[in-house]
Amino acid sequence: MDVLLLSRVQFAVATYFHFLFVPLTLGLSFLIAIIETLYIRTRDEDYLAMARFWGRLFVINFVVGVVTGLPLEFQFGTNWTRYSAYVGDIFGPLLAIEATAAFFLESTFLAVWVFGWKKLSPRMHAAVMWMIACASTLSALWILIANSWMQHPVGYVIRNGRAEITDFLSVVTQGYAVLTFLHTVAAAYVLAGFFVMGISAYHILKGRNVFIKSFRLALYFSLIFSIFVVAEGHMHGADLAEKQPAKLAALESLWETQTYAPLYLFVIPSMDNDGNLVELVPIPGVMSLLAHHNPAAEVTGLNDFPADELPPVAIVFYAFRVMVMLGGLFVLLTLYGWLRRDRLAQSPRFLKLLVYTIPLPYVLCAAGWTVTEMGRQPWIVYGLMKTADAVSPVAPHQVAFSLAAFVVVYSLVAVAGFLTMIRHACQWPEHTAAATEEVKRR
Amino acid sequence: MLETAWFLIWGVLWAVYFMLDGFDLGLGVLQPFLAKDDRDRKAVYLTMGPFWDGNEVWLVAAGGITFAAFPVLYAVMFSSFYSILMLILFALILRAVSIELGEEAKGAVWKSVWRGCLALGSLLPPFLFGIMFANIFRGIPIDGSGIYHGTLVTLLNPYALVGGLLFLLMFLLHGALWLAVKTDGPLQGRAARMASRIWLALVFTAAMFLILCAFQTELFAIYLDRPVLLAIPLVAVAALLITRIWIGRAEWFKAWWASSASIFSIVMFGVVGLYPLLLPSSLDNVFSLTVHNSASSPLALKITLGVVLVFIPIIVTYQGWVYRFFGGKVDEWAYDKP
Repeated sequence: MDVLLLSRVQFAVATYFHFLFVPLTLGLSFLIAIIETLYIRTRDEDYLAMARFWGRLFVINFVVGVVTGLPLEFQFGTNWTRYSAYVGDIFGPLLAIEATAAFFLESTFLAVWVFGWKKLSPRMHAAVMWMIACASTLSALWILIANSWMQHPVGYVIRNGRAEITDFLSVVTQGYAVLTFLHTVAAAYVLAGFFVMGISAYHILKGRNVFIKSFRLALYFSLIFSIFVVAEGHMHGADLAEKQPAKLAALESLWETQTYAPLYLFVIPSMDNDGNLVELVPIPGVMSLLAHHNPAAEVTGLNDFPADELPPVAIVFYAFRVMVMLGGLFVLLTLYGWLRRDRLAQSPRFLKLLVYTIPLPYVLCAAGWTVTEMGRQPWIVYGLMKTADAVSPVAPHQVAFSLAAFVVVYSLVAVAGFLTMIRHACQWPEHTAAATEEVKRR
Repeated sequence: MLETAWFLIWGVLWAVYFMLDGFDLGLGVLQPFLAKDDRDRKAVYLTMGPFWDGNEVWLVAAGGITFAAFPVLYAVMFSSFYSILMLILFALILRAVSIELGEEAKGAVWKSVWRGCLALGSLLPPFLFGIMFANIFRGIPIDGSGIYHGTLVTLLNPYALVGGLLFLLMFLLHGALWLAVKTDGPLQGRAARMASRIWLALVFTAAMFLILCAFQTELFAIYLDRPVLLAIPLVAVAALLITRIWIGRAEWFKAWWASSASIFSIVMFGVVGLYPLLLPSSLDNVFSLTVHNSASSPLALKITLGVVLVFIPIIVTYQGWVYRFFGGKVDEWAYDKP
């Protein structure tokens, strides 16, 4: 194996693992902040118990998310030196801003929230969680701005043999970044919503009806965002027609450039990246309609790109299908849940289904990132630098060792983290209730 | 001018990281030897728990600033120190997970496994960062394209190993002092005795490192050229001595501050000695990375400078508030984690 492949696999391992924990941090922080605010408003002790129950899970998830993210910032330097030197002028400041403007805030105040139950008034304690929630979303914003620049580079000029920034504002405010941010964050909120619904369902099935409150809250939360993410995802897809036409064509494995481009209901792309083995049931014009909002519009097919500038179509195609189908499923589940919102305790089969649904949004997020990142290949910065030209001149055995270490360490950390979370998630222990009593008396 | 300002900010951020994360890393190494029972262990956890994460972000900031201001340095430095940096990162992961999941673990065996992991995860970063920065001070074999022509063994030279030991001892002293600040009774007594012993070893190692610097590096050139800069190593020496004085008077918080000043100024002594180089090449001086040939464009430097000038004071303010919020002995603020 060569350094390029090893480095790509290593980066993929690190990011997939990291993103197992990021979405829950993004979403659950807001849900806990809302729960704490409801406690202040209503003085209903159930909400206080809820905040402490979900807070426990949040903290474990947060810590594992932080530590699995740490190597990502350094990997650009260790494994992608040519990339770092070539685009560091734009990419570097974005990462530095993320650290100073957002990451400091969430990491510092998490401790205040965790250790401050007795030292802070309920109002201040809730305010701290709001701050953590906003800071983590801000953190996501800067990282996604950086990622969007790799997808659609703007505001730069090639000078001194590298990309140099000329227009910071256009980098920060470009449409691609806005769409990516909304899409990613909304998907993260869906994940957090289903996480809370699933665990609440488990407890409602055990007769702990206090969890109906967190279930309903999470239901409304995920209903809103699962519809939003689908609608916004459509706009994101249409945006690709202009900015990343090869990725768009790969989503549907469309090879011929054509007007009235059809959407095939059943396609099997060839694994040789040169066409489709099977194309069945075309619906004319739908692809044109989705991409350009006009059934007559011309959609560029993959055959119009040089063979060495094609993404691995089959991977992108299947990952896109997983993402879209799961996205649709979540809309249906939350709509059904909304209809049953007043009879939850009488819907055991639905509740049971939701317990088993918890892993699916994780799959959705991984599939979404696969579409985004594999769809950009063979470019590391779309149209500007190829991934193959970005890799470090390090020895293959170094990367092989570090990759093996990544797989082992990250697996252990993820298993330890998830096992601890599962243990807490299944307990509605007396001591949570007892500790709640204690906080109330302060 | 802009590049020189960035050079200083770059050095200061790394120095602040070592100064802050130094005490919880040092304490992580010492805890199996200092904490005798569950009560002690809880106290040790509470002295680190509210602070380690905020401290570690300074590493993320230092890395991000290296990337933003000196992308070529970021690329060459991190790929040249590939194995060392990976080990540091894995150790930091192990450290953080041990603190938080160790606290959640059930059963004496699991708890002691996590404590061992915490010690290991805290031991490697100081030692390896010391090796890394000593090698930066000394220069490494990089060619004109920034490609590293050495192996891991090249980096493990005697000078660097002394540097590693120096960092480790600085952090150990810092951690022992922090524990003495935050606790009382027998635990504080053990931390205090440990601090005096480490101090002796540290002074010896620091003196050795300083002498080796004269033979192994060019660090002293700038100090001989501009004697006013000698203030930095003098502060380092003075801070080390003052640390001992405060230890003798059992003034733990003052001793901890003096120890902070010594870590900061020892790191800054090396960094300033590099100027205008950032990473000397031991193959040929023309291959060395300087503040000029590895910096970002003026616009990128200005944008990031604006961000740093606004946010670093804000960060210092709220982190300072958090330290005061959780001030005093650990028993004084109630432990109540959900």
